[in-house]
Amino acid sequence: MTIADIKRILNAEVLCGEQHLEKEVHNACGSDMMSDVLAFVKDQSVLLTGLVNLQVVRTAEMMDMLCIVFVRGKKPTAEIIALAEEFGIVLLQSPLRLFSACGLLYQNGLNG
Amino acid sequence: MKLQYTIPADDFTRAGEASAAVKATLKRLGFPSETIRRVAIAMYEGEINMVIHASGGEATVDIFPEKILMELADNGPGIPDIDKAMTEGFSTAPETARHLGFGAGMGLPNIKKYTDELTIHTELGKGTRLCMVVNVAQ
Repeated sequence: MTIADIKRILNAEVLCGEQHLEKEVHNACGSDMMSDVLAFVKDQSVLLTGLVNLQVVRTAEMMDMLCIVFVRGKKPTAEIIALAEEFGIVLLQSPLRLFSACGLLYQNGLNG
Repeated sequence: MKLQYTIPADDFTRAGEASAAVKATLKRLGFPSETIRRVAIAMYEGEINMVIHASGGEATVDIFPEKILMELADNGPGIPDIDKAMTEGFSTAPETARHLGFGAGMGLPNIKKYTDELTIHTELGKGTRLCMVVNVAQ
């Protein structure tokens, strides 16, 4: 699926990276613990998280991820959005909870 | 090629800047992406550790065609029990680190996982020096 599909499925708002919405993604992971993302993630291109700080963007960048979905309606600061823009990472914001958001994407064909 | 960085003290917002810069340099030099990711993760975890536990420090990265050497040196409290610190899930990090998604006791185990060689020199009350080697994937 594309990042645009994720936006639609999760009823999400695009916070930055509108120009990258047509990029293809195949795998995702959901976690609020960045250490675990660094430890266990391999080639996942989407991170779903309820954690909102600069380290989320830095962690995603270290893992070459294309998109971060902030769940539970969490709103990142302008500084966080600016860093994601600098790295070319799409930021989405969804009102859904982490479990539901992951479940919907899985149901629609995104793998873990 | 030698890169040097000062890791700022107690500034979580800047933790990871040096790792991102190293990652960008390796990318520009055309290293394999798997090698770059291993270097970036090991150094990032090291940087986070220095900010959490040691009021920052110095990072030196030596880039060779066949391997990347990273040395992270701090003047922090030292590690009392390295075996314990290497155990997944063991953490002495404060609550502030957990709020940022770290402090789960995965830092040093992660560094070991992503490097080919890891040597820890530590002295209580004096500081810690981490020497890490990542071999370049052929």
